[in-house]
Amino acid sequence: MADHAVVGDDVVDLSRRKFLTRATIATGAVGAAFAAVPFIESWAPTERARAQGAPAEMDISKLEPGQMAITIWRKQPIYVVRRTPEMVKRISGHDADLKDPQSKDSTQPPYATNELRSRNAEYLVLVGICTHLGCLPKQRFSAGELYPSWPGGFFCPCHGSRFDLAGRVFDGSPASINLGVPAYSYPNEHTLLVGVDEKGAA
Amino acid sequence: MAAKSASGAPAPGPDGGTSAQTGLWAWLNKRLPVAEFLNDQLTGYYAPKNFNIWYFFGSLALLVLVLQLVTGIFLTMFYKVGEASSFDSVEYIMREVDYGWLIRYLHSTGASAFFIVVYLHMFRAFLYGSYRKPRELLWLFGMAVYLALMAEAFMGYVLPWGNMSFWGAQVIVNLFGTIPGIGPALVEWIRGDYGIADATLGRFFALHVAALPLALLLLVALHMVALRRTGSNNPDGIEIKEKLDPQGKPLDGIPFHPYYTVKDVVGVGVFFVLFAIVVFFVPNLGGLFLEAPNFEPANPMSTPEHIAPVWYFTPFYAILRAVPDQRMGALLMFFAVVLFLFVPWLDRSPAKSIRYKGLPSKVALTLFAVSFVVLGYLGLQPAAGLYVLLARIFAAIYFLFFILMPWYSPLGAKPVPERVVYHAH
Amino acid sequence: MRTELKRVWQAAALVASAVLAGGVAAEEAAAAKEEAPKAGADWMHWHANTSVTDLASVQRGARNFTSYCLGCHSLKYERWSRLGADLAIPGELLQKDLMPPGDKPNQYILTTMPAADAEAWFGKTPPDLSLMARARGKDYLYQYLKTFYVDPTRQTGANNLRLPATAMPHVLSELEGLKAAVFKDVTKSGEGGQATREQVFDHFEQITAGRLTPAEYDGFVRDTVNFLDYVGEPTQAARRALGVWVVLFLLVFTWFAWLMKRDYWKDVH
Repeated sequence: MADHAVVGDDVVDLSRRKFLTRATIATGAVGAAFAAVPFIESWAPTERARAQGAPAEMDISKLEPGQMAITIWRKQPIYVVRRTPEMVKRISGHDADLKDPQSKDSTQPPYATNELRSRNAEYLVLVGICTHLGCLPKQRFSAGELYPSWPGGFFCPCHGSRFDLAGRVFDGSPASINLGVPAYSYPNEHTLLVGVDEKGAA
Repeated sequence: MAAKSASGAPAPGPDGGTSAQTGLWAWLNKRLPVAEFLNDQLTGYYAPKNFNIWYFFGSLALLVLVLQLVTGIFLTMFYKVGEASSFDSVEYIMREVDYGWLIRYLHSTGASAFFIVVYLHMFRAFLYGSYRKPRELLWLFGMAVYLALMAEAFMGYVLPWGNMSFWGAQVIVNLFGTIPGIGPALVEWIRGDYGIADATLGRFFALHVAALPLALLLLVALHMVALRRTGSNNPDGIEIKEKLDPQGKPLDGIPFHPYYTVKDVVGVGVFFVLFAIVVFFVPNLGGLFLEAPNFEPANPMSTPEHIAPVWYFTPFYAILRAVPDQRMGALLMFFAVVLFLFVPWLDRSPAKSIRYKGLPSKVALTLFAVSFVVLGYLGLQPAAGLYVLLARIFAAIYFLFFILMPWYSPLGAKPVPERVVYHAH
Repeated sequence: MRTELKRVWQAAALVASAVLAGGVAAEEAAAAKEEAPKAGADWMHWHANTSVTDLASVQRGARNFTSYCLGCHSLKYERWSRLGADLAIPGELLQKDLMPPGDKPNQYILTTMPAADAEAWFGKTPPDLSLMARARGKDYLYQYLKTFYVDPTRQTGANNLRLPATAMPHVLSELEGLKAAVFKDVTKSGEGGQATREQVFDHFEQITAGRLTPAEYDGFVRDTVNFLDYVGEPTQAARRALGVWVVLFLLVFTWFAWLMKRDYWKDVH
């Protein structure tokens, strides 16, 4: 019979041996998988990291029109720009030059899925990390600063990506996605709270 | 039909199995001797069939080594070395790193488990004469592993920078001061400062995490290569290679794989059950594995009531304290370890195994084992009253075991059998 | 071989049960003969008898700590949010009843007393208590909080049997009341045949009653010690719970491995 072998003077039940070997190996594999869990989990952000990633508060009452301030939230630079009405006008009219004018591919909360990419026209809150390879874009808010038809926005020095005053990426840039917008809210008129909105803490 | 060896176990095919390789396996084996290695070291390596419980501890020691390396690496990811941060970082691991407490307890229990396993592994050598010719070098490499292990454990204990870490380091490093002439300068050089300090902690960290693990791996590898060369001893102390079957395989041998791989897995299971019980239910083990004073940060101004090393050093600590003179005590403690190295040449019995040695050897080994355990207990107690006298008595027994061995070991030797004694199980 | 081993186990079981029975009988006989001990005479044998699984007790202990201890002692390794989560105390209750105003939930539990002032007032900084239960043990803490006595010779007016000359004042005197320690002169024959006279603690005498009855105060102390036991190792409950599963799994694995081994070794003669 195929399931037996003669070893010495015995007939060995090979099917029993195979079963026991497989049962032991299977149990051992399950055990090894469970044993790996604590080590893998130990890499998760700890309470300290989570505490440091708590929402960041910023007093925006001191921000002058046309000025940008940077704060840090979850180890990321957050650009806060107080746009003048004139700057707000320069956000429209160049949709043809943008890769994603409707912000379909980029990350932003529902209240920033609009042309201005913010809750209100005056303040713009962006994640200041270029969506190409992660450098920090520099502010170039004046019209014509980079070239005659430049409407104002951000310019990334690493590989030349360009974004408008709503953080939307221009054609011809190595980056393909608009700058991200974090969750944020205004607990009162002179405080910006990054990391908390209607959904609660991010 | 499967070929059978004289012991009744199936033997590998004549070509070692390479002709049957296909695909990826064949590709790999043309470039790396994998199948050949597995064949040589596992299915083609014949070990005596009469191994008993004392033969589990080698593979268990290897298991604990791997466990310590893995848990140690993960601890190093979160531990922050420095006088001001070490203690806090250990509590950070215990409380805030997910499962950090488990990784820590695995490592601290693993350290003690390592010594339990290694001491039992060494005792086996005494029982069966596994240090005798031609295995003297195997024994010496093993002793080198033991010494490296003691250094590794000592330095590891300093890293949490608790009060016992500090004072234990203080006492042991000060011992080097007893060396005539160079002593005090040597102590300052080891410490890197006028007292145990940040400099000491930093260098112990580097040695514990990088240098000694590398040394341990190298020494363990040499130990195993030496074992492969001579083949393993066995409880009867007979050389199985002296009686071969027509295929050239030892009559009393069986292939390591599958018989001992399968048996060792059971050993691993039992070990893990006991290990898990300690890790999850009594990680302190009443202050033996994790000492209470070490839950207070290092304080150079406050010595703990009883300074004692961790339990695995206490036999030697007892010997150190048994002698009223500091220098002599240190010297004797040093010799207590060094004497192990000479055992292959001190043992003059015609039989390797205790089974065939005379009554004097059996009594001597029993007394030695008892004195080692008793000295270990005494090392944990304060050096006062009756304890001092007992330490001296048992230290004397300990040394006499080695010193008198050339004379008592040949006495009463019995005839050694031709073939190993084996009962089916 | 097997029957011999069986006989050894049977003999061992018999001996063990005989010893156990004998021990129980001796205990009961001794208990019957004992007189009521003088108040506090056996303080060195007091045990806390607490269990961190008693959540209500640990919660009370947390409240006790924040009311009476947090003024001087910190728990610098524990966060408020962790306390709330482990002790099932909801955020608003935590903030209202336990947290000092101004503390944020993810902050570590720190005392407001500046360390420099503490050193000036007490001679040493009140130690952080996060690990005190692990460093000294539950029984030590229990005995410490229950053996304060009036001592006019000391600056704080108090002394302690568990830690003589403690720098800590009798903070809980309002709850426990004040008690005096009565010492007796005892002559001991010292080494070398010389007799020495020593002051040995005999018993306590209550001077004034506290706001709590002795039974209530005992419960207060035990809850506080229980809380400190929890803070010493917040993961201990999870550790034991996980351990049960791990050991069970390993027993199953070992059993499979054992069956496998037995089958293979049938080959060997």
